[in-house]
Amino acid sequence: MAPSSSLHRFANPARFLRLAAVVQPWAAGLTIAALIAGLYLGLIASPGDYQQGETVRIMYIHVPSAWMALFCYTNMALASAVALIWRHPLADVIAKATAPIGACFTFLALVTGSLWGKPMWGTWWVWDARLTSVLILFFLYLGYMALYNAFDDATRGARAAAVLALVGVVNVPIIKFSVDWWNTLHQPASVVKLDGPAIHPSMLWPLLLMALAFTTYYVWVLLLRVRAELIGRRVRAIRLRQTQVR
Amino acid sequence: MNRFAAILGRDLRLAVRQGVDSLMVVAFFVLAVVLFPFGVGPEPGVLARIAPGVIWVAALLAAMLSLERLFQADHEDGSLELMALEPVALESVVLAKVAAHWLTTGLPLIVAAPLLAILLNLPVEGFAVLLLALLLGTPTLSLIGAVGAALILGARRGGVLLSLLVLPLFIPVLIFGAAAVEASLGGFPARPHLLILAALLLAALPLCTWAAAGALRQGLE
Repeated sequence: MAPSSSLHRFANPARFLRLAAVVQPWAAGLTIAALIAGLYLGLIASPGDYQQGETVRIMYIHVPSAWMALFCYTNMALASAVALIWRHPLADVIAKATAPIGACFTFLALVTGSLWGKPMWGTWWVWDARLTSVLILFFLYLGYMALYNAFDDATRGARAAAVLALVGVVNVPIIKFSVDWWNTLHQPASVVKLDGPAIHPSMLWPLLLMALAFTTYYVWVLLLRVRAELIGRRVRAIRLRQTQVR
Repeated sequence: MNRFAAILGRDLRLAVRQGVDSLMVVAFFVLAVVLFPFGVGPEPGVLARIAPGVIWVAALLAAMLSLERLFQADHEDGSLELMALEPVALESVVLAKVAAHWLTTGLPLIVAAPLLAILLNLPVEGFAVLLLALLLGTPTLSLIGAVGAALILGARRGGVLLSLLVLPLFIPVLIFGAAAVEASLGGFPARPHLLILAALLLAALPLCTWAAAGALRQGLE
Protein backbone atom coordinates (compact mmCIF):
# COMPACT_ATOMS: atom_id res chain seq x y z
CA MET A 1 0.00 0.00 0.00
CA ALA A 2 3.02 2.29 0.25
CA PRO A 3 2.92 3.96 -3.20
CA SER A 4 -0.84 4.40 -3.25
CA SER A 5 -0.93 5.81 0.26
CA SER A 6 1.69 8.43 -0.64
CA LEU A 7 -0.39 9.38 -3.67
CA HIS A 8 -3.60 9.40 -1.75
CA ARG A 9 -2.10 11.62 0.93
CA PHE A 10 -2.63 14.61 -1.41
CA ALA A 11 -6.02 13.40 -2.50
CA ASN A 12 -7.70 14.03 0.82
CA PRO A 13 -9.83 17.12 0.14
CA ALA A 14 -9.05 18.79 3.48
CA ARG A 15 -5.31 18.36 2.99
CA PHE A 16 -5.67 19.46 -0.62
CA LEU A 17 -7.46 22.63 0.47
CA ARG A 18 -4.64 23.49 2.89
CA LEU A 19 -2.02 22.83 0.20
CA ALA A 20 -4.00 24.83 -2.36
CA ALA A 21 -4.23 27.80 0.00
CA VAL A 22 -0.41 27.84 0.19
CA VAL A 23 0.27 27.28 -3.52
CA GLN A 24 -2.35 29.62 -4.96
CA PRO A 25 -0.76 33.01 -4.08
CA TRP A 26 2.60 31.79 -5.39
CA ALA A 27 1.02 30.69 -8.66
CA ALA A 28 -0.73 34.05 -8.91
CA GLY A 29 2.48 36.00 -8.24
CA LEU A 30 4.48 33.92 -10.69
CA THR A 31 1.80 34.38 -13.36
CA ILE A 32 1.85 38.17 -13.02
CA ALA A 33 5.67 38.37 -12.96
CA ALA A 34 6.12 36.05 -15.96
CA LEU A 35 3.32 37.80 -17.85
CA ILE A 36 4.90 41.24 -17.37
CA ALA A 37 8.37 40.00 -18.31
CA GLY A 38 7.09 37.95 -21.25
CA LEU A 39 4.93 40.77 -22.61
CA TYR A 40 7.78 43.29 -22.27
CA LEU A 41 10.24 41.02 -24.07
CA GLY A 42 7.67 39.93 -26.62
CA LEU A 43 6.05 43.26 -27.48
CA ILE A 44 8.87 45.75 -26.91
CA ALA A 45 12.33 44.25 -26.53
CA SER A 46 12.26 41.54 -29.23
CA PRO A 47 12.80 42.24 -32.93
CA GLY A 48 10.13 41.83 -35.57
CA ASP A 49 10.47 38.87 -37.91
CA TYR A 50 12.28 39.50 -41.22
CA GLN A 51 9.37 37.93 -43.10
CA GLN A 52 6.36 38.34 -40.83
CA GLY A 53 7.19 41.81 -39.50
CA GLU A 54 5.35 42.85 -36.36
CA THR A 55 2.61 40.20 -36.72
CA VAL A 56 5.06 37.65 -35.33
CA ARG A 57 4.22 39.05 -31.89
CA ILE A 58 0.81 37.35 -32.11
CA MET A 59 2.77 34.11 -31.80
CA TYR A 60 3.70 34.93 -28.19
CA ILE A 61 0.01 34.47 -27.35
CA HIS A 62 -0.94 31.93 -30.00
CA VAL A 63 1.71 29.27 -29.39
CA PRO A 64 1.39 29.12 -25.58
CA SER A 65 -2.43 29.00 -25.85
CA ALA A 66 -2.20 26.10 -28.29
CA TRP A 67 0.21 24.29 -25.96
CA MET A 68 -2.12 24.90 -23.04
CA ALA A 69 -5.13 23.68 -25.02
CA LEU A 70 -3.42 20.29 -25.40
CA PHE A 71 -1.94 20.33 -21.90
CA CYS A 72 -5.34 21.04 -20.32
CA TYR A 73 -6.99 18.29 -22.34
CA THR A 74 -4.31 15.78 -21.34
CA ASN A 75 -4.73 16.82 -17.72
CA MET A 76 -8.49 16.53 -17.95
CA ALA A 77 -8.22 13.04 -19.47
CA LEU A 78 -5.71 11.91 -16.82
CA ALA A 79 -7.91 13.23 -14.01
CA SER A 80 -10.92 11.55 -15.64
CA ALA A 81 -9.05 8.23 -15.77
CA VAL A 82 -8.13 8.53 -12.10
CA ALA A 83 -11.73 9.43 -11.25
CA LEU A 84 -13.06 6.41 -13.17
CA ILE A 85 -10.51 3.87 -11.94
CA TRP A 86 -10.08 4.86 -8.27
CA ARG A 87 -13.45 6.63 -7.90
CA HIS A 88 -11.64 9.67 -6.64
CA PRO A 89 -13.93 12.68 -6.00
CA LEU A 90 -11.06 15.18 -6.11
CA ALA A 91 -9.85 13.97 -9.53
CA ASP A 92 -13.38 14.44 -10.76
CA VAL A 93 -13.47 18.02 -9.49
CA ILE A 94 -10.12 18.73 -11.15
CA ALA A 95 -11.30 17.36 -14.49
CA LYS A 96 -14.48 19.42 -14.28
CA ALA A 97 -12.59 22.58 -13.32
CA THR A 98 -10.05 22.11 -16.13
CA ALA A 99 -12.61 21.91 -18.96
CA PRO A 100 -13.66 25.58 -19.19
CA ILE A 101 -10.06 26.77 -18.83
CA GLY A 102 -8.93 24.45 -21.61
CA ALA A 103 -11.85 25.53 -23.79
CA CYS A 104 -10.85 29.18 -23.33
CA PHE A 105 -7.22 28.44 -24.27
CA THR A 106 -8.40 26.54 -27.36
CA PHE A 107 -10.67 29.41 -28.34
CA LEU A 108 -7.79 31.87 -27.83
CA ALA A 109 -5.50 29.73 -29.99
CA LEU A 110 -8.10 29.59 -32.77
CA VAL A 111 -8.84 33.34 -32.65
CA THR A 112 -5.21 34.49 -32.51
CA GLY A 113 -4.32 32.02 -35.25
CA SER A 114 -7.08 33.47 -37.37
CA LEU A 115 -5.91 37.04 -36.70
CA TRP A 116 -2.39 36.04 -37.71
CA GLY A 117 -3.57 34.08 -40.73
CA LYS A 118 -5.35 37.05 -42.35
CA PRO A 119 -2.21 39.14 -43.01
CA MET A 120 0.13 36.14 -43.46
CA TRP A 121 -1.89 33.57 -45.43
CA GLY A 122 -4.43 36.06 -46.78
CA THR A 123 -7.36 34.23 -45.21
CA TRP A 124 -8.97 33.98 -41.78
CA TRP A 125 -9.32 30.23 -41.96
CA VAL A 126 -8.09 27.29 -44.00
CA TRP A 127 -9.37 23.74 -43.67
CA ASP A 128 -6.02 22.12 -43.09
CA ALA A 129 -5.36 19.25 -40.71
CA ARG A 130 -3.98 21.28 -37.79
CA LEU A 131 -6.77 23.85 -37.74
CA THR A 132 -9.48 21.25 -38.20
CA SER A 133 -8.19 18.98 -35.44
CA VAL A 134 -7.94 21.92 -33.02
CA LEU A 135 -11.51 22.88 -33.91
CA ILE A 136 -12.53 19.30 -33.06
CA LEU A 137 -10.70 19.70 -29.75
CA PHE A 138 -12.79 22.79 -29.04
CA PHE A 139 -15.99 20.83 -29.77
CA LEU A 140 -14.77 18.04 -27.49
CA TYR A 141 -14.40 20.54 -24.65
CA LEU A 142 -17.91 21.87 -25.34
CA GLY A 143 -19.30 18.34 -25.50
CA TYR A 144 -17.59 17.45 -22.23
CA MET A 145 -19.13 20.45 -20.44
CA ALA A 146 -22.56 19.86 -21.98
CA LEU A 147 -22.52 16.17 -21.04
CA TYR A 148 -21.35 16.94 -17.52
CA ASN A 149 -24.38 19.15 -16.90
CA ALA A 150 -26.94 17.08 -18.84
CA PHE A 151 -27.97 14.77 -16.01
CA ASP A 152 -30.10 15.32 -12.95
CA ASP A 153 -27.78 12.95 -11.11
CA ALA A 154 -24.44 14.78 -10.85
CA THR A 155 -22.29 11.64 -10.41
CA ARG A 156 -23.78 10.08 -13.57
CA GLY A 157 -22.87 13.24 -15.47
CA ALA A 158 -19.34 13.17 -14.07
CA ARG A 159 -18.80 9.53 -15.10
CA ALA A 160 -20.25 9.96 -18.60
CA ALA A 161 -18.13 13.07 -19.16
CA ALA A 162 -15.05 11.22 -17.93
CA VAL A 163 -15.60 8.44 -20.49
CA LEU A 164 -16.02 11.08 -23.21
CA ALA A 165 -12.76 12.78 -22.14
CA LEU A 166 -10.94 9.45 -22.50
CA VAL A 167 -12.50 8.78 -25.92
CA GLY A 168 -11.38 12.23 -27.08
CA VAL A 169 -7.75 11.46 -26.23
CA VAL A 170 -7.34 10.00 -29.75
CA ASN A 171 -7.45 13.58 -31.00
CA VAL A 172 -4.40 14.73 -28.98
CA PRO A 173 -1.69 12.86 -30.97
CA ILE A 174 -3.56 13.75 -34.18
CA ILE A 175 -3.21 17.47 -33.34
CA LYS A 176 0.43 17.10 -32.36
CA PHE A 177 1.49 15.22 -35.48
CA SER A 178 -0.98 16.70 -37.98
CA VAL A 179 1.70 19.04 -39.33
CA ASP A 180 4.08 16.12 -39.94
CA TRP A 181 1.57 13.61 -41.36
CA TRP A 182 -0.17 15.96 -43.75
CA ASN A 183 1.14 18.69 -46.01
CA THR A 184 -0.43 21.65 -44.27
CA LEU A 185 -0.30 25.41 -44.48
CA HIS A 186 0.39 25.48 -40.73
CA GLN A 187 4.13 25.38 -40.09
CA PRO A 188 5.67 22.35 -38.32
CA ALA A 189 7.02 22.42 -34.77
CA SER A 190 9.99 24.73 -34.29
CA VAL A 191 10.53 24.79 -30.51
CA VAL A 192 10.32 21.16 -29.39
CA LYS A 193 12.65 19.42 -31.83
CA LEU A 194 15.31 16.74 -31.45
CA ASP A 195 18.08 18.99 -32.78
CA GLY A 196 17.19 21.97 -30.61
CA PRO A 197 14.80 24.86 -31.20
CA ALA A 198 14.89 26.59 -34.59
CA ILE A 199 14.14 29.98 -33.07
CA HIS A 200 16.55 32.77 -32.22
CA PRO A 201 16.97 33.25 -28.43
CA SER A 202 15.57 36.81 -28.61
CA MET A 203 12.26 35.27 -29.67
CA LEU A 204 12.53 32.02 -27.74
CA TRP A 205 12.80 33.73 -24.35
CA PRO A 206 9.56 35.74 -24.51
CA LEU A 207 7.82 32.63 -25.87
CA LEU A 208 9.01 30.47 -22.98
CA LEU A 209 8.14 33.18 -20.43
CA MET A 210 4.63 33.46 -21.84
CA ALA A 211 4.31 29.65 -21.75
CA LEU A 212 5.35 29.73 -18.08
CA ALA A 213 2.85 32.51 -17.38
CA PHE A 214 0.05 30.57 -19.07
CA THR A 215 0.91 27.39 -17.15
CA THR A 216 0.98 29.11 -13.76
CA TYR A 217 -2.22 30.94 -14.72
CA TYR A 218 -3.80 27.56 -15.33
CA VAL A 219 -2.62 26.33 -11.89
CA TRP A 220 -3.91 29.52 -10.26
CA VAL A 221 -7.37 29.43 -11.84
CA LEU A 222 -7.61 25.66 -11.43
CA LEU A 223 -6.96 25.92 -7.69
CA LEU A 224 -9.45 28.77 -7.45
CA ARG A 225 -12.13 26.75 -9.24
CA VAL A 226 -11.43 23.54 -7.30
CA ARG A 227 -11.59 25.38 -3.98
CA ALA A 228 -14.82 27.09 -4.98
CA GLU A 229 -16.31 23.76 -6.03
CA LEU A 230 -15.29 22.01 -2.79
CA ILE A 231 -16.61 24.87 -0.67
CA GLY A 232 -19.81 24.92 -2.70
CA ARG A 233 -20.32 21.21 -2.08
CA ARG A 234 -19.75 21.72 1.63
CA VAL A 235 -22.28 24.57 1.72
CA ARG A 236 -24.81 22.37 -0.05
CA ALA A 237 -24.20 19.56 2.44
CA ILE A 238 -24.64 21.93 5.42
CA ARG A 239 -27.86 23.39 3.95
CA LEU A 240 -29.19 19.89 3.38
CA ARG A 241 -28.45 18.95 6.99
CA GLN A 242 -30.12 22.12 8.29
CA THR A 243 -33.31 21.49 6.36
CA GLN A 244 -33.38 17.94 7.68
CA VAL A 245 -33.00 19.12 11.30
CA ARG A 246 -35.93 21.49 10.94
CA MET B 1 -21.50 -16.11 -29.91
CA ASN B 2 -24.92 -17.54 -29.18
CA ARG B 3 -25.91 -14.49 -27.19
CA PHE B 4 -24.52 -12.25 -29.90
CA ALA B 5 -26.70 -13.95 -32.52
CA ALA B 6 -29.72 -13.89 -30.20
CA ILE B 7 -29.48 -10.13 -29.56
CA LEU B 8 -28.75 -9.40 -33.21
CA GLY B 9 -31.73 -11.49 -34.27
CA ARG B 10 -34.00 -9.85 -31.73
CA ASP B 11 -33.03 -6.34 -32.80
CA LEU B 12 -33.46 -7.20 -36.47
CA ARG B 13 -36.89 -8.73 -35.80
CA LEU B 14 -37.89 -5.62 -33.85
CA ALA B 15 -36.71 -3.41 -36.71
CA VAL B 16 -38.59 -5.45 -39.31
CA ARG B 17 -41.82 -5.43 -37.34
CA GLN B 18 -41.58 -1.67 -36.74
CA GLY B 19 -40.52 -1.40 -40.41
CA VAL B 20 -41.39 2.26 -40.83
CA ASP B 21 -38.63 3.39 -38.46
CA SER B 22 -35.66 2.39 -40.58
CA LEU B 23 -37.44 3.51 -43.73
CA MET B 24 -37.81 6.95 -42.17
CA VAL B 25 -34.04 7.23 -41.88
CA VAL B 26 -33.67 6.51 -45.59
CA ALA B 27 -36.44 9.00 -46.35
CA PHE B 28 -34.56 11.63 -44.34
CA PHE B 29 -31.37 10.79 -46.22
CA VAL B 30 -33.08 11.20 -49.60
CA LEU B 31 -34.88 14.40 -48.59
CA ALA B 32 -31.78 16.01 -47.15
CA VAL B 33 -29.86 15.38 -50.37
CA VAL B 34 -32.78 16.51 -52.55
CA LEU B 35 -32.78 19.88 -50.75
CA PHE B 36 -29.36 20.77 -52.15
CA PRO B 37 -30.33 21.26 -55.82
CA PHE B 38 -32.91 23.80 -54.57
CA GLY B 39 -30.38 25.49 -52.33
CA VAL B 40 -27.41 25.78 -54.70
CA GLY B 41 -29.28 25.74 -58.02
CA PRO B 42 -29.81 22.86 -60.46
CA GLU B 43 -26.66 23.36 -62.56
CA PRO B 44 -25.31 19.85 -63.38
CA GLY B 45 -21.67 20.89 -63.08
CA VAL B 46 -22.10 22.39 -59.63
CA LEU B 47 -24.12 19.41 -58.40
CA ALA B 48 -21.57 16.91 -59.69
CA ARG B 49 -18.83 18.88 -57.95
CA ILE B 50 -20.54 18.84 -54.53
CA ALA B 51 -22.22 15.40 -54.85
CA PRO B 52 -19.68 13.28 -52.89
CA GLY B 53 -19.63 15.69 -49.95
CA VAL B 54 -23.41 16.19 -49.89
CA ILE B 55 -24.13 12.46 -49.96
CA TRP B 56 -21.61 11.84 -47.18
CA VAL B 57 -22.90 14.65 -44.95
CA ALA B 58 -26.48 13.49 -45.43
CA ALA B 59 -25.47 9.89 -44.62
CA LEU B 60 -23.72 11.14 -41.47
CA LEU B 61 -26.80 13.03 -40.30
CA ALA B 62 -29.14 10.16 -41.15
CA ALA B 63 -26.99 7.66 -39.25
CA MET B 64 -26.91 10.01 -36.27
CA LEU B 65 -30.65 10.51 -36.30
CA SER B 66 -31.33 6.87 -35.48
CA LEU B 67 -28.57 6.53 -32.88
CA GLU B 68 -30.50 8.04 -30.00
CA ARG B 69 -32.75 4.96 -29.80
CA LEU B 70 -29.82 2.51 -29.97
CA PHE B 71 -29.80 1.75 -26.25
CA GLN B 72 -32.58 4.00 -24.99
CA ALA B 73 -35.56 1.67 -25.52
CA ASP B 74 -33.75 -1.21 -23.82
CA HIS B 75 -32.64 1.12 -21.05
CA GLU B 76 -36.17 2.33 -20.38
CA ASP B 77 -37.83 -1.10 -20.16
CA GLY B 78 -34.94 -2.58 -18.16
CA SER B 79 -33.82 -5.21 -20.66
CA LEU B 80 -30.42 -3.55 -20.90
CA GLU B 81 -29.83 -4.27 -17.22
CA LEU B 82 -30.78 -7.90 -17.77
CA MET B 83 -28.32 -8.08 -20.66
CA ALA B 84 -25.64 -6.61 -18.42
CA LEU B 85 -26.34 -9.30 -15.83
CA GLU B 86 -25.73 -12.09 -18.34
CA PRO B 87 -22.49 -14.01 -17.87
CA VAL B 88 -21.14 -12.66 -21.18
CA ALA B 89 -19.10 -9.53 -21.72
CA LEU B 90 -21.16 -6.37 -22.22
CA GLU B 91 -18.92 -5.73 -25.23
CA SER B 92 -20.60 -8.52 -27.18
CA VAL B 93 -24.01 -6.99 -26.44
CA VAL B 94 -22.75 -3.64 -27.73
CA LEU B 95 -21.30 -5.27 -30.84
CA ALA B 96 -24.57 -7.07 -31.56
CA LYS B 97 -26.59 -3.86 -31.20
CA VAL B 98 -24.13 -1.95 -33.41
CA ALA B 99 -24.34 -4.68 -36.05
CA ALA B 100 -28.13 -4.51 -35.94
CA HIS B 101 -28.01 -0.71 -36.21
CA TRP B 102 -25.76 -0.87 -39.23
CA LEU B 103 -27.89 -3.52 -40.95
CA THR B 104 -31.07 -1.51 -40.39
CA THR B 105 -29.74 1.99 -41.19
CA GLY B 106 -26.26 1.84 -42.76
CA LEU B 107 -27.13 -0.78 -45.36
CA PRO B 108 -30.37 0.93 -46.54
CA LEU B 109 -28.40 4.18 -46.88
CA ILE B 110 -25.88 2.44 -49.13
CA VAL B 111 -28.69 0.97 -51.22
CA ALA B 112 -30.25 4.43 -51.62
CA ALA B 113 -26.94 6.16 -52.41
CA PRO B 114 -26.70 5.30 -56.17
CA LEU B 115 -30.14 6.82 -56.74
CA LEU B 116 -29.03 10.04 -55.07
CA ALA B 117 -25.77 9.99 -57.02
CA ILE B 118 -27.81 9.94 -60.23
CA LEU B 119 -30.01 12.81 -58.99
CA LEU B 120 -26.90 14.86 -58.22
CA ASN B 121 -25.33 14.07 -61.58
CA LEU B 122 -22.29 12.30 -60.15
CA PRO B 123 -20.17 10.86 -63.01
CA VAL B 124 -20.53 7.09 -63.33
CA GLU B 125 -16.81 6.49 -62.62
CA GLY B 126 -17.40 7.59 -59.03
CA PHE B 127 -20.23 5.16 -58.24
CA ALA B 128 -18.17 2.11 -57.31
CA VAL B 129 -15.83 4.08 -55.08
CA LEU B 130 -18.75 5.89 -53.42
CA LEU B 131 -20.40 2.59 -52.54
CA LEU B 132 -17.14 1.04 -51.37
CA ALA B 133 -16.37 4.10 -49.23
CA LEU B 134 -19.86 4.03 -47.71
CA LEU B 135 -19.49 0.30 -47.09
CA LEU B 136 -16.26 0.91 -45.16
CA GLY B 137 -17.33 4.17 -43.51
CA THR B 138 -20.87 3.62 -42.25
CA PRO B 139 -19.97 0.77 -39.83
CA THR B 140 -17.45 3.16 -38.26
CA LEU B 141 -20.22 5.73 -37.87
CA SER B 142 -22.40 3.15 -36.08
CA LEU B 143 -19.49 2.20 -33.80
CA ILE B 144 -18.58 5.79 -32.86
CA GLY B 145 -22.25 6.58 -32.47
CA ALA B 146 -22.69 3.69 -30.04
CA VAL B 147 -20.30 5.41 -27.63
CA GLY B 148 -22.33 8.60 -27.79
CA ALA B 149 -25.62 6.72 -27.46
CA ALA B 150 -24.31 4.92 -24.37
CA LEU B 151 -23.08 8.18 -22.82
CA ILE B 152 -26.39 10.05 -23.12
CA LEU B 153 -28.54 7.36 -21.46
CA GLY B 154 -30.77 9.15 -18.98
CA ALA B 155 -29.70 12.65 -20.01
CA ARG B 156 -32.04 15.56 -20.49
CA ARG B 157 -32.46 16.37 -24.21
CA GLY B 158 -30.27 13.46 -25.24
CA GLY B 159 -30.76 13.91 -28.97
CA VAL B 160 -29.22 17.37 -29.25
CA LEU B 161 -26.45 16.37 -26.88
CA LEU B 162 -25.71 13.27 -28.96
CA SER B 163 -25.09 15.38 -32.06
CA LEU B 164 -22.69 17.61 -30.13
CA LEU B 165 -20.74 14.57 -28.91
CA VAL B 166 -20.76 12.43 -32.02
CA LEU B 167 -20.53 14.79 -35.02
CA PRO B 168 -16.99 16.06 -34.25
CA LEU B 169 -15.83 12.45 -34.02
CA PHE B 170 -17.46 11.66 -37.38
CA ILE B 171 -15.30 14.23 -39.18
CA PRO B 172 -12.36 11.90 -40.05
CA VAL B 173 -14.74 9.42 -41.74
CA LEU B 174 -16.34 12.27 -43.67
CA ILE B 175 -12.97 13.64 -44.81
CA PHE B 176 -11.61 10.37 -46.17
CA GLY B 177 -14.97 9.14 -47.46
CA ALA B 178 -15.54 12.24 -49.57
CA ALA B 179 -11.87 12.42 -50.56
CA ALA B 180 -11.96 8.86 -51.93
CA VAL B 181 -14.78 9.73 -54.34
CA GLU B 182 -13.19 13.04 -55.31
CA ALA B 183 -9.89 11.28 -56.00
CA SER B 184 -11.50 8.72 -58.28
CA LEU B 185 -13.30 11.50 -60.19
CA GLY B 186 -10.08 13.49 -60.56
CA GLY B 187 -8.22 10.50 -61.96
CA PHE B 188 -6.18 9.82 -58.84
CA PRO B 189 -6.08 6.45 -57.06
CA ALA B 190 -8.83 6.17 -54.42
CA ARG B 191 -7.03 3.25 -52.76
CA PRO B 192 -5.12 5.24 -50.08
CA HIS B 193 -8.32 6.91 -48.87
CA LEU B 194 -10.19 3.61 -48.83
CA LEU B 195 -7.33 2.01 -46.90
CA ILE B 196 -7.51 4.78 -44.29
CA LEU B 197 -11.28 4.25 -44.03
CA ALA B 198 -10.63 0.54 -43.48
CA ALA B 199 -8.01 1.39 -40.86
CA LEU B 200 -10.49 3.68 -39.07
CA LEU B 201 -13.02 0.84 -39.05
CA LEU B 202 -10.48 -1.64 -37.68
CA ALA B 203 -9.42 0.79 -34.95
CA ALA B 204 -13.01 1.72 -34.06
CA LEU B 205 -14.10 -1.93 -33.84
CA PRO B 206 -12.31 -2.77 -30.57
CA LEU B 207 -11.92 0.76 -29.15
CA CYS B 208 -15.49 1.98 -29.59
CA THR B 209 -16.96 -1.33 -28.48
CA TRP B 210 -14.88 -1.17 -25.35
CA ALA B 211 -15.66 2.51 -24.68
CA ALA B 212 -19.40 2.03 -25.28
CA ALA B 213 -19.50 -0.97 -22.94
CA GLY B 214 -17.63 1.07 -20.33
CA ALA B 215 -20.07 3.94 -20.73
CA LEU B 216 -23.02 1.54 -20.39
CA ARG B 217 -21.56 0.09 -17.17
CA GLN B 218 -21.22 3.62 -15.76
CA GLY B 219 -24.77 4.39 -16.77
CA LEU B 220 -26.28 1.25 -15.30
CA GLU B 221 -24.74 1.56 -11.85
